[in-house]
Amino acid sequence: MGEVLIELDGVEKVFTVRRRAGLVRREKRQVRAVDGIGFTVDRGEMVGYIGPNGAGKSTTIKMLTGILTPSAGRLRVAGIDPARERMRLAHRMGVVFGQRTTLWWDLPLKDSYGLMRRMYRIPEARYRANLERCVERLDLGELLEVPVRQLSLGQRMRGDIAAALLHDPDVLYLDEPTIGLDVVSKAKVRAFLRQLNAELGTTVLLTTHDLQDIEQLCERVMVIDHGRLMYDGPLGGLHASGAAGQSERTLVVDLERELPPLEVAGARVVRVEGARQWLAFPAQASAAPLVAAVAAGYPLLDLSVREPDIEEVIARMYAGRG
Amino acid sequence: MSRQLSPDAEADAEAEAGKGSGGVRRRAVVRDAVHRSQLYGAVAVGGFRRYATYGAATAAGVFTNTVFGFILAYTYVALWDERPGLGGYSQGQALAFIWVSQSLLAAAALMGGGFQEEFQERVRTGDIAVDLYRPADLQLWWLAADLGRAAFQLLGRGLVPVLAGALAFPLELPVDPLRWLLFLAAVVLALVVSFAVRYLLGLAAFWLMDGTGINMMAGLVSVFFSGMLLPLTVFPGGFGDVVRMLPWAAMLQVPMDVLLGEGAGAGGAVRAFAFQAGWALALLGAGRLMQAAATRKVVVQGG
Repeated sequence: MGEVLIELDGVEKVFTVRRRAGLVRREKRQVRAVDGIGFTVDRGEMVGYIGPNGAGKSTTIKMLTGILTPSAGRLRVAGIDPARERMRLAHRMGVVFGQRTTLWWDLPLKDSYGLMRRMYRIPEARYRANLERCVERLDLGELLEVPVRQLSLGQRMRGDIAAALLHDPDVLYLDEPTIGLDVVSKAKVRAFLRQLNAELGTTVLLTTHDLQDIEQLCERVMVIDHGRLMYDGPLGGLHASGAAGQSERTLVVDLERELPPLEVAGARVVRVEGARQWLAFPAQASAAPLVAAVAAGYPLLDLSVREPDIEEVIARMYAGRG
Repeated sequence: MSRQLSPDAEADAEAEAGKGSGGVRRRAVVRDAVHRSQLYGAVAVGGFRRYATYGAATAAGVFTNTVFGFILAYTYVALWDERPGLGGYSQGQALAFIWVSQSLLAAAALMGGGFQEEFQERVRTGDIAVDLYRPADLQLWWLAADLGRAAFQLLGRGLVPVLAGALAFPLELPVDPLRWLLFLAAVVLALVVSFAVRYLLGLAAFWLMDGTGINMMAGLVSVFFSGMLLPLTVFPGGFGDVVRMLPWAAMLQVPMDVLLGEGAGAGGAVRAFAFQAGWALALLGAGRLMQAAATRKVVVQGG
């Protein structure tokens, strides 16, 4: 194994929440958002960091980036204590939030990049080389002169990723980098991240609800819930650790009228809501015969297939343990 | 691509080596200051260019300021005909007050329209969280951006109304170039004070979530207390003394004093600058305290 880049040991974060209890009286309550987490990430690893909302993911990321100070434990990123030297660390990390942008809304994309050059004090030659690489790989050539407000979501996302990489960060934190993107844009973003990791060895910590992001990018997954690390290992092991076994896809059907749960071979109804029903079937099985069977036997108006998501895999994992 | 030594590492190494020698350390400090001013300079240029892209809005603004100027000018003519020398101004000076203040209206964002709506929107949507991960100071960043905006609006929206006013009315404006230079310095300080007040309003969005109400109230307050509606020198007694000491006075009345009235001499200008700088420092300081509380809040709540 290589050099350790991120190191957490017994890290805790306790928030004191004040709540109004009556007219004047206020109740104090302690919330353990992160409850003794320890792991290390080597330089060049690409790790998925997943868990339900409120599990402590974003609190961990905030401690790793230095905007929150841990209540206890030891934390180092590239040898730096983030909370003590936030600004110094900021020069060595990149952050991308799928739903937020760091780009300058009314100005052409390239103006935001010029600002990044100043902010991160990137030497001219390196800036040019990095920009050229990002422009080529992320297909930004024709977008540089376009004001950011006119970009599509996928274009803007690519623009944001480039902005986070111009200063050659050691570590890149990605929060839902493919959220809301169409299939083609998702593929482009994932291909770029794979290449970035392979060629430059940039360490990536990825938070997502999209199982495919993890499947296609990360060999290692960490699952956090209630502030604790529940699983740390290969994605395959995550599937296996859930006793319920394989993951399932869901066929959502809209019928002409309310009906009792459908009876179709190879699937079972997991939910009924008015004229809409949810049928679960094994993820590897083809949806085609199932669709044919439903269409043949019932008055079908519309249907869609949903891929298994992270939440579901995790839920199954807990179900397996419980 | 080869991974080079980051500029930071260089600076670190230099600082390390410079522990014994003051010269090297001083050089590192100077270079740091240069980098900083380049960054915030670039932010200001960006602020200028952003507003420059909206030509139609600028034209509409110029038109509004000019019409507003005419309405106020005729009101003032009537008022000063009735009460010559009101507030220590001759009629020509009162008219100059109106037209010059129309040119400062947008720049100092006296009726809103500066950076704070955008800032509040970033707070509301949570985009502000991204800004916290940058190696830059939030307050300085927005100050630079707002000064860039103000510079554009001073030129883009300020010049035409003054020219229109000068063509239609006999304005009594000073001809001494030094006086105009002092006035410009007072305007820069006015813009900083205006920013500092609006930064507090912007930060209020962390608690209010919606800034519309507070912005409207702030607009009303600043139009009156800056002297935009009537010069503050007009108000008599204790009330007049109080309004002339408030921060809004630093945004318009004080620069106008430097240009036209009692702050005109060198000594008066120094007093005026001290008044403005005092408010600027106090309000920027308050902004920093409030910013610390606000970031703690946003960081804890998520986003």
